[in-house]
Amino acid sequence: MTAIEVDHLSKRFGAKVAVDDVSFAVAEGEIFGLLGRNGAGKSTTVDCVAGLRAPDHGRIRVAGLDPRRDRGELRHLLGVQLQESGLPDKLTVAEVMRLYASFYRHPADTDGLLATLDLTEKRNTRYRRLSGGQKQRLSIALALVGRPRVAILDELSTGLDPVARRDTWAIVTRIRNQGVTILLVTHFMAEAERLCDRVAILDAGRIAAIGTPAELGRPTLEDAFVALTSRRPS
Amino acid sequence: MRMLTLTEARLLLREPVALFWGLAMPMVLLAVMGWSASSIGGVPLAAVYEPIVIAFISVVFGVQGIPVQVAAYRERRILRRLATTPAGPARVIGAQLIVSLTVVLAATAGVLAVGLLIGAVAPTARTAGAAGTVLFFPLMYFAGLWTPQLSATARHIGQFTPLGAAVQALRDSMAGAWPHPATLGVLGGCAIACAVIAARVFRWD
Repeated sequence: MTAIEVDHLSKRFGAKVAVDDVSFAVAEGEIFGLLGRNGAGKSTTVDCVAGLRAPDHGRIRVAGLDPRRDRGELRHLLGVQLQESGLPDKLTVAEVMRLYASFYRHPADTDGLLATLDLTEKRNTRYRRLSGGQKQRLSIALALVGRPRVAILDELSTGLDPVARRDTWAIVTRIRNQGVTILLVTHFMAEAERLCDRVAILDAGRIAAIGTPAELGRPTLEDAFVALTSRRPS
Repeated sequence: MRMLTLTEARLLLREPVALFWGLAMPMVLLAVMGWSASSIGGVPLAAVYEPIVIAFISVVFGVQGIPVQVAAYRERRILRRLATTPAGPARVIGAQLIVSLTVVLAATAGVLAVGLLIGAVAPTARTAGAAGTVLFFPLMYFAGLWTPQLSATARHIGQFTPLGAAVQALRDSMAGAWPHPATLGVLGGCAIACAVIAARVFRWD
């Protein structure tokens, strides 16, 4: 079954076209990477998939649901970790986890999830006092606390040190092995090569290439990415 | 909804500035008025200020507390994060309302209890002022205004005073539990008892 279907998605903000006729499909259990430079339309695409923005044109289905029309139901099946999102400074890790768990019908065991993300000893620490990597891991934990079938992870490892980044990759692999479909937004080619089954490269709102990292990467994914997305002055 | 409400209550209790302006400041204001023996048009200053203080508390939470809090959540992308969960706007707004309403009601109940007792029994404005002071300070003492850590005995007695019960109810919420029914019973019972006694002992002259 297809976990995410995006057909001819378009979205403009005023005169600026953010997403232009984008189509892709993510199979269940797949890690699908959405790559692109800043402003390529990755976040807008993700916002539409998550139901946070209404598309101008096109059809989206996530686990068979329309993200706008079936919003309420989708929220139970889709876990989202957004690049731009925050939490109250004065809540502790355990309190935030309990709060978010309370939103879902069948939440995950919060203690187990904190252990998975290596946050157990930080459970009584307030959000403000967490390091960047810890905040990021908490953010992933919150995206997973509803036991979603599909997870969107946006700029997962931005701002993390290399060790924390590797740890996060291991976590993503573990989540996928539990059967969760993952839409991964990134501009780290090494991350996409390591984690993704398939990737789509977005350029100026359009899909420039789509395939496995091995198919696209000649000689490396980064070379392919630069060739497809760099604009030389004419 | 319950977790969201408890979380909001917790956040409020961790915001000393908000608590000061919303609760402590009005109470101190009333206490100062209570000390003062002066009156305006034969009405003791404390009685004059009572409705003002009640309104003040509501306004602090209504016009300054809630909108700033919710807007800050929006600005800091906390709402954006919540938007991806099944929480829903009704629950988010409902939790804000319940927390603020609880605090305002608890504070109002305390202020009103003082007012009813003063008004009903005092023969003159001067005695009303004195009685207000006499009642006010123990009430606020049991609420823990001056000494937040009450002794076990004081806390036990305090549970049966309106403000002591109100604070207890808030503490329960803060600890992640529903307020003990007894504390809500004391609050409701006190409001009814005060009204009934005030009506019974009311003096026309």
